Amino acid sequence: MNRFSYSKPQQVSEALQQLSDTGRFIAGGTNLLDLMKENVARPSQLVDINALPLNKIETTQAGGLRIGALVKNSTVAYHPDVERVYPLLAHAILAGASAQLRNMASTGGNLLQRTRCYYFYDVGTPCNKREPGSGCGALEGQNRIHAILGHSEQCIAVHPSDMCVALAALEATVHVSGPSGNRSIPFADFHRLPGDTPHLDTNLAPDEIITAVELPPRGFAENFAYLKLRDRASYAFALVSVAAGLELNGTSIGAARIALGGVAHKPWRCPEVEAALIGKPATEESYRMAADALLQGAVGFEHNRFKIELARRAIVRALSEAAAGVNAQ
Amino acid sequence: MNATPVRQHRPEAESETHSISLLLNGKQVQLTVEPWTTLLDLLREHLNLTGTKKGCDHGQCGACTVLVNGTRINACLSLAVMQDGAEITTIEGLANGDQLHPMQAAFVEQDAFQCGYCTPGQICSAIGMIKEGKAKTRDEIREQMSGNLCRCGAYTNILAAIEQAMPACQGESRE
Ligand SMILES: Cc1cc2nc3c(=O)[nH]c(=O)nc-3n(C[C@H](O)[C@H](O)[C@H](O)COP(=O)(O)OP(=O)(O)OC[C@H]3O[C@@H](n4cnc5c(N)ncnc54)[C@H](O)[C@@H]3O)c2cc1C
Ligand code: FES
Ligand code: FES
Repeated sequence: MNRFSYSKPQQVSEALQQLSDTGRFIAGGTNLLDLMKENVARPSQLVDINALPLNKIETTQAGGLRIGALVKNSTVAYHPDVERVYPLLAHAILAGASAQLRNMASTGGNLLQRTRCYYFYDVGTPCNKREPGSGCGALEGQNRIHAILGHSEQCIAVHPSDMCVALAALEATVHVSGPSGNRSIPFADFHRLPGDTPHLDTNLAPDEIITAVELPPRGFAENFAYLKLRDRASYAFALVSVAAGLELNGTSIGAARIALGGVAHKPWRCPEVEAALIGKPATEESYRMAADALLQGAVGFEHNRFKIELARRAIVRALSEAAAGVNAQ
Repeated sequence: MNATPVRQHRPEAESETHSISLLLNGKQVQLTVEPWTTLLDLLREHLNLTGTKKGCDHGQCGACTVLVNGTRINACLSLAVMQDGAEITTIEGLANGDQLHPMQAAFVEQDAFQCGYCTPGQICSAIGMIKEGKAKTRDEIREQMSGNLCRCGAYTNILAAIEQAMPACQGESRE
């Protein structure tokens, strides 16, 4: 690990003030320290944000839930309001990492965790995300875990989070603070596609801090599923994951949310596909139609073409499980 | 990336150390640490508490699991300086004199190890898991213990040991 200075401010304003251009915030440390040990990240300064007052889960006036950026992943997953209203979020979090890591990982850090692409991690290989202009090692290399949607010639990495897939489906909002004040970013606009700027994962500015994630009231608690497919049954990143939420009017679909993980540089959603499901019967045929539409334009690489069919089947299964209400308490 | 940096970090950072206090295995200790020392390296290299193991150093194996304020975490992915003021329990702090912690005793009785490298992490993790109170069935225990790998594949007996120690540990964490 490189040498760096360290400070632990008590207030958000202090934290923003202390952060230098080559410094970074540290929350749980589970992603940043890992990357520092690999020399992928070399900050000159760490600003420890764990003493900031961003550790609460509160009900909002709108009837939703506001989760402070420092609330641990395990605390979110087991919070009674999350279990009751947003079980989709609880299931997604508990499908990720291990109990120890979830005890350390923060809400803000989870959003900002970086890709697990082998070439991003290996400083001896080219990677446009790590070193703009150096090339993409994965394009012609080992690309089994890589993207099938929204990739560019510059980068085919995927965002590895499970929690974010549920937050995308639930249409969360990310609250941030910066030197010029506060702003809110809709979840769909938070993460970016790689395009020709793959070094930028998100639209958060380097001098901004995440303060909270807000959930709107609608939680899809009756009809939801988080389906995660991976190489072992636990403690592994998703090859493909699906967060599905439905509202049913008798046997037809009243509302639908579908977000995919493990397939793109950000959680993948198509609001048009979800809108097209409204009024359709809650049957496998409708789900297959939605899956085909969601995966339209999917392009695989040498080792990951299997993900296209895997995603198709996963979408159908997740929607079927959601409709059957098998996960509801 | 920014051509005109506004705020620079202080150059004296290279030699910076921080003073921290920990309640470590029941004893209050004052330490001076460099910011880049992980909690795991502090325990093993500076304090000679080598019971906590370094398997991967990347959060992938669980061998470094310790209890911080009663919660299980991976010591390899936390900085010592971030733990200022915390209560830390390692495998060395579990026994009461010569009397093993019920989880330690159960691991011995159930022969829940071969090489023993993962064992301190398994035991601390199991104690943390029971305190969390989310695992009741065998499948739930397996899932909740998935953050602790065992290269020797002693999983069957590890599960048996945890099941055996659970009632005694539950009594303890209620106190
Ligand atoms: C072995 C292993 C397996 C894993 N498996 C999974 C998995 O299956 N699914 C999954 O979803 N995740 C998985 N993870 C990733 C884990 O969820 C993330 O590492 C964690 O969520 C990051 O949170 P943190 O608080 O530790 O972040 P940190 O490491 O502290 O920070 C990460 C980044 O976010 C920045 N940051 C943190 N908080 C803020 C804030 N409030 N404002 C601005 N910037 C901030 C930091 O500067 C840093 O750049 C795994 C991790 C490991 C090590
Ligand atoms: S050494 Fe910490 S998880 Fe492997
Ligand atoms: S007993 Fe050898 S690694 Fe678990």
